[in-house]
Amino acid sequence: MTEPYAMRDPTAETEPAMRQPVVPPASLDGLTIGLLSIGKERSVEFLDSVEERLAAQDLKVLRFAKPTHTKPAPRGVIQDLVERCDIVVEGLAD
Amino acid sequence: MTGWRDALPSDGLLAVVKRDCPTCVLVAPVLAELAAEGAVAVTQDDPAFPEETAPRHDADLELSWRLDIETVPTLIRFSGGREAARAVGWNKAEWRAVAGRPELGEDLPENRPGCGSLSVEFGMPERLAVRFGDIPLSARRIVVEDHDDPMEAAFDRGWTDGLPVVPPTDLRVARMLAGTTRSAGEVIGEIPPNLAPCTVEKAAINAVMAGCRPEYFPTVLAAVEAALDPAFSMHGLLCTTHFAGPVIVVNGPVARRIGMNWGLNALGQGNRANATIGRALQLVVRNIGGGRPGGIDRATLGNPGKYSFCFAEDETDPDWTPLSVARGIRPGASAVTLFHGEGVSGFVDQKSRTAKELTTSLAHYLWHVNHPKLCEFGGALLVLSPEHYLIYKAEGWGRTKIHEALRAALKRPGSEVVRGAGGLAEGMEPGRENEVVDKFREPTFLIARAGGPAGLFSAVVGGWTGMRMTGEVDPVTKEIGT
Repeated sequence: MTEPYAMRDPTAETEPAMRQPVVPPASLDGLTIGLLSIGKERSVEFLDSVEERLAAQDLKVLRFAKPTHTKPAPRGVIQDLVERCDIVVEGLAD
Repeated sequence: MTGWRDALPSDGLLAVVKRDCPTCVLVAPVLAELAAEGAVAVTQDDPAFPEETAPRHDADLELSWRLDIETVPTLIRFSGGREAARAVGWNKAEWRAVAGRPELGEDLPENRPGCGSLSVEFGMPERLAVRFGDIPLSARRIVVEDHDDPMEAAFDRGWTDGLPVVPPTDLRVARMLAGTTRSAGEVIGEIPPNLAPCTVEKAAINAVMAGCRPEYFPTVLAAVEAALDPAFSMHGLLCTTHFAGPVIVVNGPVARRIGMNWGLNALGQGNRANATIGRALQLVVRNIGGGRPGGIDRATLGNPGKYSFCFAEDETDPDWTPLSVARGIRPGASAVTLFHGEGVSGFVDQKSRTAKELTTSLAHYLWHVNHPKLCEFGGALLVLSPEHYLIYKAEGWGRTKIHEALRAALKRPGSEVVRGAGGLAEGMEPGRENEVVDKFREPTFLIARAGGPAGLFSAVVGGWTGMRMTGEVDPVTKEIGT
């Protein structure tokens, strides 16, 4: 009997072989929406306008910001998003 | 079939030999004498050697590998089931002591060195480690079904940059790991964008896929470490809409040792080390960090260097200060310098004959990086060709003088480069009209020497627009370890 041909996984192995996409919520009622500025020029103005529109629909909005767009979000920011938001919109990346 | 342990005497002698070794042939009569008294002879090649010893044939070399045999002949005494003494090669006094036979080998010379064991031939230790299960790999095993092709399976799983990769089998990964002294489980850092921990083993898997030889691996590890230095901002570089990707310049003795190219076509195709070291870094970012085009890599156009962009600096002129030394690495050490570069832009000047003429001419060309009116924006890597360098060298100019002269020539009056000046909307922010501005922020302008002997052509590799972020995005140099 020959051994099966096997390779070693070059990835971070954070995904199962079959990835299940997150199902989007049917309605935004009662959900908290996080707006994350990635720290790039004009992000804040853009997200201000998004916040205005969401608030007009009586939706709960929280604001978050990365210090700079050249580096990943600090762990504290990511943790805050996970704990306090149901949905996250990030911008503005060109 | 009996296990390898069955061959070991609980109390007695065992010798490992091969017919192909003259010293083993020399000691064959001694082995016959010892075998008559119960010693075990183990042969690696000819199953009938040594004659009159009823040898055990170590065809798969498991016994040799388990006993850690590096040289044949090796004579081992076991006592109470454990190794008590060992003699390597032929040394009459040592063999007599191990065998406990003061008259052994009377007619033989005093000393003869042995030969290499088949179990330590090139690549064999890793092959044996894989086969006999002592390999410290912990990455998930992906089994490829009989009807599937490993290359296609790698494509299907999204592991490749668009070109075929070398399938990372246990044997290949084990051999790659043998290229470094670092342990497989050591964490090098967290790879953006997903900040996934990158172990030496994961880097080795990706280096295998890129096509690296094991001796390139320390250079790959240094490149990964440089990319992970916060000063380099790999995260921003891989996300950018701009063209740029990491460019690796290798300095020091490692470049010659692993056969890198700094000469003809140094920035082009055809050299395995140049091609695969740069590719390995990109595959690490893609596979471990999750940075993929169309995902978080948002490049509008990208550039062909994002497959791989790596070359060595020409250090053949002792008057030239290597880039790594200019950046603080001790002379004689090997190092990588990572720069955020777009593609190669060719500078053609076949008329300048003096250092001053050439400097002015180069400055005119370098103004165009990103945009002629964008200063203190993306930096530049100037790759100075041998013929252009000779113009400087003829007047006694070295790295420092060339660098300073170019920086001086690259200053611009603010009034010419602010937005709107010259009828062009693009440019520096308003309010700088009365300043003299530098084209490049100091740490973002690098010079390296490379290229073939003929051609009054040099190369400009424009820098990433993210370099405008003072103190956040700079080139990084790291010494290459072992």
